[in-house]
Amino acid sequence: MRTADVVVIGGGIHGCSTALHLALRGLKPILVEKDYAGRHASGVNAGGVRQLARDLAEIPLSISSMSLWERIEELVGDDCGFVSHGTVLVAENETELASFRARVDDLRLRGFTHEELIDRAELKRLVPAVADHCPGGVVSRRDGAADPFRTTQAFRRRAIEMGAEVLEGVTVTGLARAGANWRVETSAGPIEAPKVVNAAGAWADRIAAMLGEPAPLTVVAPMLMVTSRVAPFIQPVVILRGRKLSFKQLDNGTVVIGGGHLATPDRDRNETVLDWDKLAISARTVWELFPAMRAATIVRAWAGIEAYMPDGIPVVGPSSTSEGVYHQFGFSTHGFQLGPGTGAMMAELVATGSTNTPIDGLEIGRFRDQARRQS
Amino acid sequence: MNASDLSPAYDLVVIGGGPAGLAAAALAARAGLSTVLFDENPGVGGQIYRAIASSPVKDRAILGEDYWAGVELAAEAGASGASIVTGATVWSLDPSRLVGVSIAGKARLIQAGRVIIATGSLERPFPIPGWTLPGVMSAGGAQTLLKAQGLVPGGRSVMAGGGPLLWLLAAQILRAGGKIDAILDTTPRVNWLRALGHLPDFVLSPYFSKGLRLLREVRARVRVIRVDRLEAVGDDKLREVVFAAGDAEWRMPADLLLLHRGVVPNVNLATAAGVAHAWNERQLCFEPVLDEDFNSSVAGIAVAGDGAGIAGGTAAAERGRIAAIAAVRALKPEAAVPDLQTIRQNLQREAMGRAFLDALNRPAVSFRQPQGDTIVCRCEEVTAKQVRDTADLGCEGPNQMKAFLRCGMGPCQGRLCGLTVTELIAAQRGTTPAEVGYYRLRPPVKPITLSELASLPITEVERKAVER
Repeated sequence: MRTADVVVIGGGIHGCSTALHLALRGLKPILVEKDYAGRHASGVNAGGVRQLARDLAEIPLSISSMSLWERIEELVGDDCGFVSHGTVLVAENETELASFRARVDDLRLRGFTHEELIDRAELKRLVPAVADHCPGGVVSRRDGAADPFRTTQAFRRRAIEMGAEVLEGVTVTGLARAGANWRVETSAGPIEAPKVVNAAGAWADRIAAMLGEPAPLTVVAPMLMVTSRVAPFIQPVVILRGRKLSFKQLDNGTVVIGGGHLATPDRDRNETVLDWDKLAISARTVWELFPAMRAATIVRAWAGIEAYMPDGIPVVGPSSTSEGVYHQFGFSTHGFQLGPGTGAMMAELVATGSTNTPIDGLEIGRFRDQARRQS
Repeated sequence: MNASDLSPAYDLVVIGGGPAGLAAAALAARAGLSTVLFDENPGVGGQIYRAIASSPVKDRAILGEDYWAGVELAAEAGASGASIVTGATVWSLDPSRLVGVSIAGKARLIQAGRVIIATGSLERPFPIPGWTLPGVMSAGGAQTLLKAQGLVPGGRSVMAGGGPLLWLLAAQILRAGGKIDAILDTTPRVNWLRALGHLPDFVLSPYFSKGLRLLREVRARVRVIRVDRLEAVGDDKLREVVFAAGDAEWRMPADLLLLHRGVVPNVNLATAAGVAHAWNERQLCFEPVLDEDFNSSVAGIAVAGDGAGIAGGTAAAERGRIAAIAAVRALKPEAAVPDLQTIRQNLQREAMGRAFLDALNRPAVSFRQPQGDTIVCRCEEVTAKQVRDTADLGCEGPNQMKAFLRCGMGPCQGRLCGLTVTELIAAQRGTTPAEVGYYRLRPPVKPITLSELASLPITEVERKAVER
């Protein structure tokens, strides 16, 4: 039988990052992935590397992640296509801008300075192509974007180089105590380890259910589309608040349009069915915001399957029922940037029992308490 | 017809106006199904009957009687009551049979009770060194120019490859007054041996006498050279064709090189709709998994014609009729339909001789799995060496390959590289194309503009969201 120090379930960016950081600490992790690393949301998301507009509970993880992104090549041996031109949250009217101002002021009081309010002139300087009706916005200047599949693969590759074992095409079928260890039943035989990390994304509730722990995730598939190449005209990633949009041009000239409109996922078949009425809403939003894009050609649209939590923030930390098990899932359509730092934090937590990065508010217990209150 | 004239729903949506689509639409409409046929070209006919209603080539002998059989099919469909919409590009089909279509820059989503995909075949990729040079084109492209515009090659022209369509096009070009300096036949000698076992069946089939006549007609007027290596050479455009048989190498100056190495099913729309496909080792291509009525693995979606596996134009029409009868029986069981058994027998007759043709025309490995700097993916300019090296690094399939090389991610969506990439990965990793699989294809299967997408009618839900 296989044994390890830690079994990591799930080969998305989070599982791969945690496996790498465990190996860097000298532990021996085995990562089990039912398809291949980066097959779902981690490989096909919009690639935004964003600290901007995050929930307060996520900000420490996001900031620690950012410092890893800025030395990503050193960490994984690949630059992952990471470029840093900032993220700009565009206000479409004065009311929105006022609410952005309140948020930025609040962050300052809490000691966070990465979000910066900008006026119309600075917005035009950063995003010359934006439509004239926009009065300003917020910028996070260190933000950027990376190539999601390449990044996930780089973490996987470096984890293996550092001593992790990665089993792909292998499904977890059971999880139970075996003395001091956890016994993870898989389609390739059992694995025993004292510690288990559940980074199974849209399938994480099934792992939690093996422990009798409620994980009320919704399976979602945010849609993206990409255009053919157009002349370079925008550098930062642009997002909106009132309407769902994220927008960025890659180095090769193609423009990726997303923002959270959802496809219909089928997690048992690894399939998604796109909703063209919703993609048409995105197209109309771009049509209004970036007139230069009207004649651009949509080459491809897709959606990646992932987990969304009821409160829109992830589950990170120890299991509330099972000692030695840790959760790292439910990133609710914004987990890509958090991958490097959350993996480092999780490895620290698993290896030492505690972490210096605050994760208050992200524990799974919040849903058990909620379930109890409701019953 | 404009996009705004379309109904929001039809009993049957037929995609593609070649023989399969025309026959299916005619039969279904006559049986009383509300039927619409979408074809992206200016006129119906598909590739085999391209420009059947408008071809400037009036001398019937040039294109041959097989071509003019399309007139009747088109007339039948036109008189059947089906809406025949040309210039209509279908860019999406999902498992709930919602069809995304664009007409003159306006997009619509149409709900279909049943769908028959009749998008036919594509020419097999023929990646030789220099195949991306101006002056090198596919035989299919040349045939389109002949049928639709009456154009034939005038300068120094060479044809290369194999398969029935190569010889048919050669004959059509010659009859139309065109000139061909040489035909370079890439059929490996060993194929003749392999095909021999199927000869008796072939001799009894309609292909035999037609094929023999064509070969004789072409060979009488053009030099035919058997080759096992082929290269297009030029700086800014094609200057000469270099070819070799055994150890001997020749160079022939040329202005035009027409390449053809057989056709394979166009699987893009069916794959994007979630239809299961399987590798056909005899024809070296992926094709949809279908039952005897051409129903696919997705409920209500059938695939007819060469898109269901290569069988030719006459078989395509019979397949279209069978799929249409299945649609009528599902939606309007009381309606009268033609006798299914007769159609199945006709279809069976068409299958005769195919095994011989498939064995004879099986392309050599060297023409399917290129080496070195030969371009594989034209959109992203990815070479054979890059694909092979990436496979060696551990990349197991074409979908992972996209992330490394972007091959298959350009506007052609893998039509010109898909089979080559699959075969190269399989060869490099010592496995089979069936194991490696094909690109997961994403809609839109045909590019649409942002403005077209934005032109989809605003839904009730969105209108309410805006008002609130």
